[in-house]
Amino acid sequence: MKKDDVILKVENVSKQYRLGTIGTGTISHDLNRFFARIRGKEDPYLKIGETNDRSKKGKTEYVWALKDINFEVKRGEVLGIIGKNGAGKSTLLKILSKVTGPTTGSIKSKGRIASLLEVGTGFHPEMTGKENIFLNGAILGMTKKEIESKFDEIVHFSGCERYIDTPVKRYSSGMKVRLAFAVAAFLEPDILVVDEVLAVGDAEFQKKAIGKMQDISNTDGRTVLFVSHDMGAIQNLCSRLLVLGNGTVVFNGSVEEGIKKYITDNTKKEKFSNTIKGVRINKVAILQNNESIKILQVFSKFEFFLEFEFLKHIPAVITIEFIIRDVFGKQITTISTYLDGIIFQPRSKKVQVTAEVMNGLGFNEGEYILDILLKDNDFYIFSKTLTFNLINNKEVTGYNLQLETAHGNVYVPHKFKIDN
Amino acid sequence: MNKNDKWLFEITPKQSLFDLNLKELWRYRDLLMLFVKRDVITLYKQTILGPLWYIIQPLFTSVIFTLVFNNIGNISTNGIPAFLFNLGGITAWNYFKDCLIDTSDTFKKNEQIFGKVYFPRVIMPMSIIVSNLLKFAIQLFIFIAFYIYFVSTNKLEFIFSFDLLYLPFLFVSMGVLGLGFGMIISSMVTKYRDLTFLVSFGVQLLMYLSAVVYPVELIKEKAPKYSWIVEYNPMTIVIENFRKIVFPTIETKVLPSDIFYMLLISLVVFVFGLLIFNKTEKSFIDTI
Repeated sequence: MKKDDVILKVENVSKQYRLGTIGTGTISHDLNRFFARIRGKEDPYLKIGETNDRSKKGKTEYVWALKDINFEVKRGEVLGIIGKNGAGKSTLLKILSKVTGPTTGSIKSKGRIASLLEVGTGFHPEMTGKENIFLNGAILGMTKKEIESKFDEIVHFSGCERYIDTPVKRYSSGMKVRLAFAVAAFLEPDILVVDEVLAVGDAEFQKKAIGKMQDISNTDGRTVLFVSHDMGAIQNLCSRLLVLGNGTVVFNGSVEEGIKKYITDNTKKEKFSNTIKGVRINKVAILQNNESIKILQVFSKFEFFLEFEFLKHIPAVITIEFIIRDVFGKQITTISTYLDGIIFQPRSKKVQVTAEVMNGLGFNEGEYILDILLKDNDFYIFSKTLTFNLINNKEVTGYNLQLETAHGNVYVPHKFKIDN
Repeated sequence: MNKNDKWLFEITPKQSLFDLNLKELWRYRDLLMLFVKRDVITLYKQTILGPLWYIIQPLFTSVIFTLVFNNIGNISTNGIPAFLFNLGGITAWNYFKDCLIDTSDTFKKNEQIFGKVYFPRVIMPMSIIVSNLLKFAIQLFIFIAFYIYFVSTNKLEFIFSFDLLYLPFLFVSMGVLGLGFGMIISSMVTKYRDLTFLVSFGVQLLMYLSAVVYPVELIKEKAPKYSWIVEYNPMTIVIENFRKIVFPTIETKVLPSDIFYMLLISLVVFVFGLLIFNKTEKSFIDTI
């Protein structure tokens, strides 16, 4: 079979939803629809409908959760799908996995689709791990024979050997997830559709899960559609990226560009107050190869750039600090002229500063905030001047960062040498 | 478009009513059996009496019915011990009733699973019909036990007849009728839940129209104007013929035309239910 043939084709798929509650009011719509159909006319409510913007109030009760979605997936590709909450990711996955039908359009497939919108669907707490493996496997579309042949592998992968004959209600929630994912991992469909199921379980298991998904696409040549908010996982797994926004395809192309577009589109463009007591910030940026960026690889060299201006008088001495905080506001580190022992005496009104970070940042992946602090006799604190995302593409950096904050926020490059 | 493009399947919004994928259904047969296994394993977890509940319910009901309808109401049972007459009717009725009630909320009860993963939805109600067979078998066993007791104490005469061969058809009819009606109801309640209120008391009323507690001749005799409601009711035919077969002392014979009518109606209800159910399964998750 050719590697580049299209295995899944999505054509003009739209999905309309009716908002509000169902009651006596809706029966009139149903009747209208029915009369239109028996007269051979189109559904009157398909003409209306608005784009799905959750934050704005609309005029009609109908919204398009998806509108004219078109894309193709080739055999062996791992397609990432990202988008804000309510962008239509879940609706698309539901249609792909046949849980619900599209309002218009069609999806054509050359392979069997198995979907993993949730791990452990249909698990019954009173049944043992073994019984649940069979039930869950069958729900996901395996035959009893298939499950039997893979049973030992499934149990081994889950790491729950000890508990396999114990009712699932005695399991910890992590163990339930491990068992459920193990069943799903041994499904062998042509196309695997995965929703954010990896956001559970401990770091060890997440690594295992992502590794398994890589195996599925690399060695078995299966096609995977993967939805996630975890940019690191998307970067590690996917070969192409689809960005959804308000029910339409905003971007379809390379992973790098897609993530860049997604983050720049969604970074809050709030203006921070750039003038405090006669000091104005003209520009703040993170530069890499003289280009302003919002996504930063861990441990890669970059520069903070700052330009500010004294509107009233020029102070004798000024201290400049770049403060990096995480999204919870916790201060992670400060880059400061004061700490470096630099006494800077400005001569003109305009000041341009670059602070080169030679080895890059070694923090956990995620969103960070940059505050700027200037100080002469007075404090000038400019908070949230910009936000940036730190990601770790293991293939580029070679570092294996933890995915959890439970192990701390900072990664220290190191090598072990143990004598025994 | 390339002619070589061979798609395995297509997901589209327009479905014809007769778009039934039987091949797919067959592929999921293991799932059906696993659902049955789940129902059987988990039903009596954390009860003290366990399967005894299956026995207690029909016995108590029979005793009360005998007291009310036969002792107070003086309904004649053609020489058959009234208790056994009622127990037989209730046993047959119960299987139909359980199938109907348990399948009538298929969509609502399984919303959680149905919203996350696809498999032919009809597997679910079908598995209920099969797992209810266990309960039916236990109740049938109890009926047979009492039957033997009444024969051994000479209160009832046992006559062997080849009519017994009709019994499997009756059992199939009970299950299929219950399944058919259950699927119709479960499809109709996904959007407007009004019908659920009807089911609980409707089934109760239907029992009185299905000749469970009286012989059909009695209503023909006492209320000839309305007796057709009872006579054409397929469940009446099931129950009346069940009694004709197990109590050959009743003079009327089992009519093959009755059996044919019963099977035909069951088939029609089942196919109609299957089609409605099949149509509903594609969109119900948006309206439930």
